[in-house]
Amino acid sequence: MLNYVIRRLVGAIPVLIGVIAVVFILTTIVPGDPARIMMGQRGNPETIAKIRHEMGLDKPLPVQFFDFMKNALTLNLGRSYRNNMTVVEAIATRIPVTFKLAFFAIIIAVAVGVPLGIISAVKQYSWIDYGAMFFAILGISAPVFWVALLSVVLFCVILGWIPGTGTGNGELIYYVLPSIVLGLRPAALIARLTRSSMLEIIRQDYIRTARAKGLSERVVIMKHALRNALIPVVTVIGIEVASLLSGVVITEQIFSLPGLGRLSVEALTNRDFPVIRGVVLFMAFIFVLANLIVDLSYPFFDPRIKYD
Amino acid sequence: MEMKAENKQKETKPNQKMEGRSLWADGWSRLKRNKLAMFGMWLIIIICLAAIFAPYITRYDPYEQFIWTEGPSARLCPPCAKYWFGTDVYGRDIYTRVIYGARISLQIGFAATAISVVIGVALGSIAGYYGGFIDDFITWLTNVIFAFPFLLFVLALVAYLPPSLPLLYMAIGIVSWASFARVARSQVIQVKEMEFVEAATAMGGKDSRILLKHILPNILAPIIVQTTLEIGSIIMLESSLSFLGFGIQPPKPAWGYMISEGKQYFLSGQWWWSVFPGLAIMLLVLGFNLFGDGLRDALDPRLKQ
Repeated sequence: MLNYVIRRLVGAIPVLIGVIAVVFILTTIVPGDPARIMMGQRGNPETIAKIRHEMGLDKPLPVQFFDFMKNALTLNLGRSYRNNMTVVEAIATRIPVTFKLAFFAIIIAVAVGVPLGIISAVKQYSWIDYGAMFFAILGISAPVFWVALLSVVLFCVILGWIPGTGTGNGELIYYVLPSIVLGLRPAALIARLTRSSMLEIIRQDYIRTARAKGLSERVVIMKHALRNALIPVVTVIGIEVASLLSGVVITEQIFSLPGLGRLSVEALTNRDFPVIRGVVLFMAFIFVLANLIVDLSYPFFDPRIKYD
Repeated sequence: MEMKAENKQKETKPNQKMEGRSLWADGWSRLKRNKLAMFGMWLIIIICLAAIFAPYITRYDPYEQFIWTEGPSARLCPPCAKYWFGTDVYGRDIYTRVIYGARISLQIGFAATAISVVIGVALGSIAGYYGGFIDDFITWLTNVIFAFPFLLFVLALVAYLPPSLPLLYMAIGIVSWASFARVARSQVIQVKEMEFVEAATAMGGKDSRILLKHILPNILAPIIVQTTLEIGSIIMLESSLSFLGFGIQPPKPAWGYMISEGKQYFLSGQWWWSVFPGLAIMLLVLGFNLFGDGLRDALDPRLKQ
């Protein structure tokens, strides 16, 4: 077990190095001199040169890259150009909002998607199946920001069930709508995948055996079939973390939630490069981490997978 | 017992269909029977035709501001016989702008996908064909690209590029090739072990020729499926970009930007500015998703029934 974990962890390192490299390339090819942007109109050539020197921008690129790598690994990501907060602080203050949002969204996605997929598979070609799959394909095809807008109008303006956007005093009610909106797409994907994977499984011999033993249909589906059907679903949840983080950018923007997504849009608008770098790096790391967790959780769902 | 009978049928069916029908003809006959896929295909075709013949099916110019000629009555006019989808705050006809917006979305969808298909399939095939260090390197690169949240990655690129369509295609293409590389790689690994490839190698075929002439035609089906689905997701991505105010610059009628412009008016009851472009995005993406799903079912021999 420990061996397996270590191997997976080591395997993630080259990807993380690659991620750092891409972020570095991304910020160096961008036109515009960071020192000049930082100083704005006030900067005279000497101060700009001084700042360039302080930021290490006058060093050759490979040296800059290794500095960047070293700094990224020691969480020394510099300071925001705007408010002089360190990037790590800026990110840390925004994490709780995004974490809550993403967490609720995943819970909703699984809680809605998996049962819907099971019912659709068990009652294949019934109206429930058609209805659920219609909902699923719409959930995948409708733009998140548009659904968000429609839901704000419906629930906040017309029905008045939810006080509005923003975070209020941190009450959870403010997360209800954003989480549902964010969870919609993964819920739809999970429902589709659970259905197709379930359909494949319930045609297998061991399910017939289970039925032949006289087990109730409930036990056959919930205990025997579901466990195997969920393996691909777990994989897709790991992959969906990336699109969830993309969705966070939009959802937070619409619902005015002060999370990482909003931070990244603010930083992009203000050309706040250290913050952009930091957020992109952080999100990519989260993705790698999430997929690592998914990899490590396989044996829980599929005992045939052994750690060795 | 039932299961066995079914399995037998599955085994014999492909043989029955061998009589002179190619994979493509076979796939098409199955696709035709799939109503949802056909619905998706017609959605795509109709929207494409609307985009191409936009000037013939609209009465106005997408940039024409009727507040100057018609006065304040043309400002945020609700849908009526004159303005089918209503007008926006500048008195522009929303129906016209939605139709012209299809041009932008489709253009970006097709062009950016084309770039990512070329990059992805080239890298994936090379990785799968040569294996070894090259494979390790390309697989690593694919995993790295996959690790980034797509939208944020493109945003970080697009936000600082001068506003231009070709640069936007490139930016989106450069970050979205990874899924094609994965599909192509796994397919090439399967196909390259087959005997006809061995025969081609034995005859002294060059690697490039074997890859292009012998392997590529045999891995096309899953790539086409992936391409169809990808066009939809890139159209969605572009609309998210323009919704956030990056990418396509106003006054060009990009659907995402129209939704964001109409947002505040939607909250106060003038729904049409935001609702119609959103419907357009949804229908177009739905078309690609339904058609892509149908293609997958039709072209995947394992699912033959």
